[in-house]
Amino acid sequence: MRIIRIFTRGIRVAFKSVFRNLSLSLASISSTSITLVIVGLAILFTFNVNSITKHIEDVLTVIVFVDKNVTDEEINDLKTKINSNDNVNKETLEYRSQDYLKEQLSAKDDDLKKVFETLDTNPLQATFVFRVSDVKKIDETVKEIEQYDHVDYIKYGESLASKLVSMLEVIRNACVITVIALILVTIFLISNTIKITIFSRRHELSIMRLVGTSNTVIKLPFLFEGFIIGIIGSIIPVLLNIFGYTFFYDYVGGDLFSELIVLVNPNSIVYTTSLVLVLVGGLVGMFGSVNAVRRYLKI
Amino acid sequence: MAFIELNHVFKTYKNGVSALADINLQINKGEFVFIIGESGSGKSTLNKLLYREEKVNKGNVMVGGVNVSKLKNGNVYKLRRKVGVVFQDFKLLPKLTVYENIAYPLESYGLDNKTIRERVMEAVNRVGLKEKLRSYPDQLSGGEQQRVCIARAIVNKPKLIICDEPTGDLDPKMSREIMDVIDKINTEMGSTVIMSTHDKEIVNRMKKRVVCIHRGVVVSDQEKGKYIEYEDN
Repeated sequence: MRIIRIFTRGIRVAFKSVFRNLSLSLASISSTSITLVIVGLAILFTFNVNSITKHIEDVLTVIVFVDKNVTDEEINDLKTKINSNDNVNKETLEYRSQDYLKEQLSAKDDDLKKVFETLDTNPLQATFVFRVSDVKKIDETVKEIEQYDHVDYIKYGESLASKLVSMLEVIRNACVITVIALILVTIFLISNTIKITIFSRRHELSIMRLVGTSNTVIKLPFLFEGFIIGIIGSIIPVLLNIFGYTFFYDYVGGDLFSELIVLVNPNSIVYTTSLVLVLVGGLVGMFGSVNAVRRYLKI
Repeated sequence: MAFIELNHVFKTYKNGVSALADINLQINKGEFVFIIGESGSGKSTLNKLLYREEKVNKGNVMVGGVNVSKLKNGNVYKLRRKVGVVFQDFKLLPKLTVYENIAYPLESYGLDNKTIRERVMEAVNRVGLKEKLRSYPDQLSGGEQQRVCIARAIVNKPKLIICDEPTGDLDPKMSREIMDVIDKINTEMGSTVIMSTHDKEIVNRMKKRVVCIHRGVVVSDQEKGKYIEYEDN
């Protein structure tokens, strides 16, 4: 019972204290809000770069042109060989025969259909189409497959796309590092602001100690207070994150400059990002506050 | 065994100032002792050693059978729950009401509301401050603030009450009133009271044990003594 009373008292005192020290609380809340807005932006940016990279990776297909006059058995052998390559995404591997391609092209284009009709033989080459699991190893994979029997030549997207993927990968890694750095900066900024506010309350802390309050009981309200301040501080960043990003997404119509740069649907990321912001705000507020109090509890 | 024992106690601050040197003192349970001496003589340091605001450099300080000098930082609060301290500058929490200030120690110990209310009212009745329960410290006079401080010190019924120049900031009339309150607490509650003061009139009027400290050394200890002004020979 005593523990429950101390706990509930801690929460009650924390709420009272936020309002009784309103100007100090507002300083901590605004510092939290500003840094969390930046963290939120960095997270959304990272999500999008990640998604764009994935999207480009997904559309990057490899086409293996097979020699003409190859038997079914030889095609099966080649398929098995390609399938056994580690970097080939098995689910995407598809064989397109000469007849199939002719049919497809004829259906798409009437002129081509007429040209095919005038020819005695099928000029097209059968192909294997697949995507790779790891785009970075695409050159290696292509070189390896080129060595297989009955492979005429291979085409694998534009070299630009492959460069773009590598570039986006660098950006993605930079973003992850930025987010981590920003979270660390947030921790530093918030805990420093809290340190300043606690400094102005050191007199209060010394009185608490003098009347026989244990260090744990002194820390408890500050722990809740830091949490409350962190949560309140995350409200504006969360709202900006949800409504701001949704507005931006709708405004640009879901993609930037070209269909290649597709933005992530707000529904799938804004809530995760918001949760991260609330957690960062709450936890940093909580531990920043307790950490700041701790130094005044030493005798 | 005496309730409070100081054996060969030495205290030197980090800046090299020697505050106390070879102090030996025994105080029995329920005694009322004045600690007198000029400013900087070591009175406040002696008080601080008793509630472990300061640590000794050498020697032992025993309070109620507890060796305060060997008490770990994390356990100091246990000692302070048995000791009520009255300060010259009151040390009230400015954003709490009179009731909240007095109830604060009990709330932090986790007592239930009914017990807290009963004990706060008992303490308030002893110091005579019933009408001011909802006021904030800055709405009270110096004497009233000191009464709140005394009420907070006695609310947990401590065995020892340490008063560090409690009348230092008060006029003579208020000082007399405060002294009457503390004397009554000593008689009725049986708490040991140690009071450091400069106030000659109070010491002479009360006729209690008087310990005089000069330059960190006990120079006289008289039963039912009077204020003496010690000078270097």
